[in-house]
Amino acid sequence: MRSLPALACAVAVAVAGLSSPLAAQTPPAPNTAATSAPAASTRADSTPVEIGIGLITREVPPPPLYDLLAVPEDDAVAGATLAIKDNNSTGTFTGQHFTLDAQTLAEDEDAVAAATALVARGTRLIAVNLPADELIAVADAVRPQGAIVFNIGAGDDALRGADCRANVFHVAPSRAMLADGLAQFLAARRWNRLFLVVGPQPADVAYAAAVKRAARKFGLTIVAEKPWTLGPLGRERADSITRSDALVLTRGVDADVLVVADEANDFGNYIPFRTAAPQLVVGTQGLTVGTWHPAQDAWGSAQLQSRFLRSAGRTMRPTDYQAWLAVRMVGEAATRTQGGDAAAIADFMRSPAFTIAAFKGVPLSVRPWDQQVRQPLLVAQPLGIVAVAPEEGFLHQRTPLDTLGTDAPETTCKLK
Amino acid sequence: MTAFHPPAPSRRGAPLRALGVALIGAGALLAADAAEAYTVFVSNERGNSISVIDSETLTVTKTAKVGRRPRGITTSPDGKVIYLCASDEHAVQVIDPSSLKVLRKLKSGPDPELFALQPSGNPLYIANEDDNQVTVLDVEKNKVIAQVPVGTEPEGMAVSPDGKTLVATSETTNMAHFIDTGTFKIVGNVLVDARPRFAEFTSDGKKLFVSAEVGGTVSVVDPETRKIIHKITFKIPGVSQETIQPVGVRLTKDGKTAFVALGPANRVAVVNAETYEVEQYLLVGQRVWQLAFTPDEKLLFTTNGNSNDVSVIDVPNRKVIKSIKVGNAPWGVVVSPQ
Repeated sequence: MRSLPALACAVAVAVAGLSSPLAAQTPPAPNTAATSAPAASTRADSTPVEIGIGLITREVPPPPLYDLLAVPEDDAVAGATLAIKDNNSTGTFTGQHFTLDAQTLAEDEDAVAAATALVARGTRLIAVNLPADELIAVADAVRPQGAIVFNIGAGDDALRGADCRANVFHVAPSRAMLADGLAQFLAARRWNRLFLVVGPQPADVAYAAAVKRAARKFGLTIVAEKPWTLGPLGRERADSITRSDALVLTRGVDADVLVVADEANDFGNYIPFRTAAPQLVVGTQGLTVGTWHPAQDAWGSAQLQSRFLRSAGRTMRPTDYQAWLAVRMVGEAATRTQGGDAAAIADFMRSPAFTIAAFKGVPLSVRPWDQQVRQPLLVAQPLGIVAVAPEEGFLHQRTPLDTLGTDAPETTCKLK
Repeated sequence: MTAFHPPAPSRRGAPLRALGVALIGAGALLAADAAEAYTVFVSNERGNSISVIDSETLTVTKTAKVGRRPRGITTSPDGKVIYLCASDEHAVQVIDPSSLKVLRKLKSGPDPELFALQPSGNPLYIANEDDNQVTVLDVEKNKVIAQVPVGTEPEGMAVSPDGKTLVATSETTNMAHFIDTGTFKIVGNVLVDARPRFAEFTSDGKKLFVSAEVGGTVSVVDPETRKIIHKITFKIPGVSQETIQPVGVRLTKDGKTAFVALGPANRVAVVNAETYEVEQYLLVGQRVWQLAFTPDEKLLFTTNGNSNDVSVIDVPNRKVIKSIKVGNAPWGVVVSPQ
């Protein structure tokens, strides 16, 4: 296990550096009872409340072939680290101190053991960047101790449905949300006829299922569907001989767009420009939908991007953003509830009073029926933002954000 | 467009209302009789320029190139110079209001976004958004007097009328920090709603209005006790709650009325600053952020970042009387004091 105690140290130093010039401050004034927000703490001059946040992620195995854009080693961890700094900038004034205990597991290491160890060290708030089965195992293992889990990596719709857990908040968007965002964009453009190319992995099949569901929801048609059986050609070196597989596969299909389902990034990037007809490619490659993008600079996010770049030495990825958001949600709930108790923090997050500013132009909040964070999604090409979902004109009686993903009437989640 | 909202009863006296009717009847030209001509300066964030508007003719008279990403803009109390945050040049530019030439560049610290000037005209308090600090700058000597660490992403800046207290709002820390302008130390903090963007004192210094863009509220704070007296909320029929994002706030000198720019809701709220009731929503251009009165408070100018224009509000009649095309992404606005 690669533990990162240095991170907590760095954070502590940063806080000490911040707090010294502020030592002379008087305690922040509490708000009046007339306002709904709880008062700012008067603890600033006593010992701060320690709020430890755990993070469990796993080393990404080296790719079978050349990887142009390899997942960085500190994916997710770098986002959480920045959010700890952001939390402590408020905590300095409210008498709260946040630390990160990040555990990056080796390929064969047991996630449940790591989670149990975190809980044994007193951590009750844990961000988890792991596949669905491991996420559930972790959530169930730490539940007796009252720990709350933040899913920052798994998009599986079942986690928000039949397999939902009362102690799990989903910060990562569900596949249904991603597919709905894409479908709204296509529907707004009237690019109604889809050609679906599905990869061999279970995740690809799940993504394709989400696309089909979204197509029905927004009135699009799947005119053709073909499996990709030609291997991870997207990872082939650029100096290899150009092959005609995609050209052959796409022959004879008349569609507005080709939707590729390749979550592992194995072949999707091989398809654009190798098609028989001039063909736009969308889905997991080409035009993609996600929570974050390096080209994003609206709504003050230029500031977050530049803070992250300075802190991590690279651009922010969606998983970093989701980790940042999970830790910031804890920070925001801790500030507003005046404490570090995990149950109180979770209760506040579930309440309609909880919203968080997260550089998306509108406040984000939590859906009570499945504890999914509702959020705008960025529709982007590799070097630029193309649109933001929900698209204008897709209305909902509650909030347009609920046009993305599973809505209350259709949920199969029973939170227990 | 105002037919969309039921007209609110005017809270002004009859003579003022009569004057207002006369103004509307004769259109903008009549403003010349009732009001003096002032010069309005608008910073265009993506246009890298400032647009100059004549408050009498309500037309753009000049456009001048300035530093990159101009945002916060203000004037010296005597109106002899304009101060402008050129964010991407990490400088405050001092601009001659008549020639529009950049006279000097001041050491603003990195990424200056918004600032406030001491009522006496010196020093200037600058929010360094990327560096979590406030820079206190002597504008005469171009010398940094102090750097005050505050929360993450400071933006809104306000100085109390007596000049003794500076307020800085930090957008990610969600606080208004009270800073003593004698010692440059933080003397108190008030937790407000998410993403506080702007702070404004009443002219008697007894109340502080702090807008929270993502929280969707304006907190009214008692600067003495540093307690929130009231939170103003907004509700507009047919407009989704998430798009109601308060940013700029301006108060009439009598402390009776607050105008609040509501960002992508494309409206300016007219709020009774004593009862905190929202009396009216005025439809303006897209993504309205900052506001500025003419010194006689007859007109209010709004910067509409997404429609690249400025809306002109007839203050006594509470009507939008004109929109004026300016440069790309207008951000800040200031009116010359003379």
